[in-house]
Amino acid sequence: MATRDSTRQPTSAISHRPGRAMLLALVFVVAVVGTLLVTWVLITMFGHKQAARQPFVRVAEVDEISTDPEPWGRNWPHQFDGWKATAGDKFYGGSSALPESKLDKYPWLKRLYAGYAFSIDYREARGHAYMLYDQGVTERVTQKPQAGACLHCHGSNTVMYRREGLKAMGLAHDDKTLASDFNMDAVIRGFQEVSKKPYSEVYALLMSSPDGTPGENEPAVPQPPIGGFTGEFAGRKIPSDHPAITGEAHPVSCIDCHDPKTMTVRITRPGFVLGIAALAASTEPTPHLPSIEKWRRGDRDRPFDPNKDATRQEMRSLVCGQCHVEYYCATKDTLEFPWGKGLKMEQLEAHWDAKKFPDGSGFYDYKHGETGAEVLKAQHPEFELWSQGIHARSGVSCADCHMPYQREGAMKVSSHNIQSPMKNINNACQQCHNDDEATLREKVETIQSRTMAQMDRAAVAMTDMLDAILEAKASGATQEQLAPVFSLQRKAMWRLDFISSENSRGFHADQEATRILGESIDYSRQAQAMALRLRAPKAPDTEQLPKEQVRGVTPTQKSPVPSDR
Amino acid sequence: MTEPPTAPATTADSAQKKVLSARAVTVLSVLCAGTLGVLGGLGAFTFGYGDGAAYLTNNPASCANCHVMQEHYDAWVKSSHHGVATCNDCHLPHDFAGKWITKGDNGFFHSLAFTTGNFHEPIQIKERNRRVTQSACLHCHADYVDHMLPAEPGGQMQLCVHCHGSVGHAGRESGYADRD
Repeated sequence: MATRDSTRQPTSAISHRPGRAMLLALVFVVAVVGTLLVTWVLITMFGHKQAARQPFVRVAEVDEISTDPEPWGRNWPHQFDGWKATAGDKFYGGSSALPESKLDKYPWLKRLYAGYAFSIDYREARGHAYMLYDQGVTERVTQKPQAGACLHCHGSNTVMYRREGLKAMGLAHDDKTLASDFNMDAVIRGFQEVSKKPYSEVYALLMSSPDGTPGENEPAVPQPPIGGFTGEFAGRKIPSDHPAITGEAHPVSCIDCHDPKTMTVRITRPGFVLGIAALAASTEPTPHLPSIEKWRRGDRDRPFDPNKDATRQEMRSLVCGQCHVEYYCATKDTLEFPWGKGLKMEQLEAHWDAKKFPDGSGFYDYKHGETGAEVLKAQHPEFELWSQGIHARSGVSCADCHMPYQREGAMKVSSHNIQSPMKNINNACQQCHNDDEATLREKVETIQSRTMAQMDRAAVAMTDMLDAILEAKASGATQEQLAPVFSLQRKAMWRLDFISSENSRGFHADQEATRILGESIDYSRQAQAMALRLRAPKAPDTEQLPKEQVRGVTPTQKSPVPSDR
Repeated sequence: MTEPPTAPATTADSAQKKVLSARAVTVLSVLCAGTLGVLGGLGAFTFGYGDGAAYLTNNPASCANCHVMQEHYDAWVKSSHHGVATCNDCHLPHDFAGKWITKGDNGFFHSLAFTTGNFHEPIQIKERNRRVTQSACLHCHADYVDHMLPAEPGGQMQLCVHCHGSVGHAGRESGYADRD
């Protein structure tokens, strides 16, 4: 009872305290929420500090044999995610999902490429993830015999080149040797060995090369069906005399641009190594690549080597220049970059004009299907056109816009989802240009629409030229008479193709692009006029035509200064 | 006590409620004290771990504490004003109230932005902070440029940094600030 009394006393006092209980409950809730927030901040802070201290953890070993990007991806997940993102949201294999045909969109391309495989199948490009797959299914490859040189850029091939090179040099080429050292000499030798072999044979070599993950043959992106979807080899089994295709081939992956030991950006493509050395040996100024000019001032006791001589910022362009360039790539000769005279369009043309095939005949890419002229095919000279532009001159690299830095927590990561800067204007352009997104987009679209308008004119001039040449042929003009016309046709088509095959719609160097198209129009019209003359009657003499003499614009009597003064 | 045997039901219920309420208050008080203690301790630790006190100083290195400003700090180190002006000299007003209000304002919103990750990349200066910077230029250079200032306060003019962007952050004009 006593206890009961003692409790009753305070309860009467408490009876007016529910407010106090509520206040205490409120304080409790606020303190709990506050603690949660502070803990969250603490954990984020901890995460950022860890990220800043340790940008990656090397959980998987990668070496010179690791063409499979999967183990790299375990060490560098952000970069691997970006690389995979070049496939888009989901991998769209198959002919139905191939991008739009350029031949349907621009019918004049069929006439430009008449007699060449590009007139069969030529489409808009897809992301890096598709490069090997799409090459396997394009009708250019499935319907026409192509050279293994095509795989110089479309496959991760350094191990295959090294193995074939070591084989040809009579040296050991087991997996351990292949994994230990890059061995540029062997890679170049292997490249020369396989460059002229047929595509299917080199593809089989690529498939059978070790990729660093033996027993794991699940490709990061799927493989194309053998022989493509259409054409004579579609769905057919591999002939028994072909080398056994085992293993897994990869599109260009980590090892093609990075040293597996140090992760530094590195040149691996033999074609580029030889091409840039030839450029350095020339006298052409290269203000956008100062390390070449520095090498020229040195003692030149060895060829220019980008992996030793180029700066890190230059390398962020040069690695792209391993493939996004003009080159010769077919069965008559080894793959070659035409940089011996410089990187300008005329200098590349002069290089090809001076070149002879091993049999001594003059160089050309294809005989035009309509006129029979021996003409050139421009590949995709992005590196060369960029070299003529304001961005290159200002020290802006390919990666600055196509792989801009992005923030992952406290880390700065170069985006490996290589794509058009227009898809990421924030990171790509605004690092330097203090303009809003709409303004920047409009600037780019202005440049591109002007280039496209000029290209349409050049295309009309080109088809008019072809018509005129065909008419001249039909009226009986001889090959000898047509030779100078063919020479003009070659120049006109090379210039038009140079800009239409280049993938920036003139943005990489806008004035240069319109200048080149202007020259194309001029050569097309010159060829057209010359072809017309071949079947036109002889021109009459124009000496006898009356000429208007120069007279004063203002009659003398109305002159503002009277003649009597 | 737990089972009052005799009293009428209503009285017993109300008495029980009062007893419980008294106990609830006691329990709540203890809980509050406990959570406030945890909050205080964790808060103090987090403040220390995040080097919170550094933000109250003028030391430019502390601005790069939270990683985002690292490139801007690096660019300042290489700039021409490196020897004469620190972050606070250009990015905070020079009067006492203005300085601490701006510091608090930016400090809070910068922390919020970086913790949530919700901010524009590359980072861009806010309108208010741009005005602060412009006043900072004039704080030192007004004597040399007074003939270039608008006749009336608030009149239109180009900001000093429109042309002189690199004085505070080297490479700002050509965009090399974010390169390494």
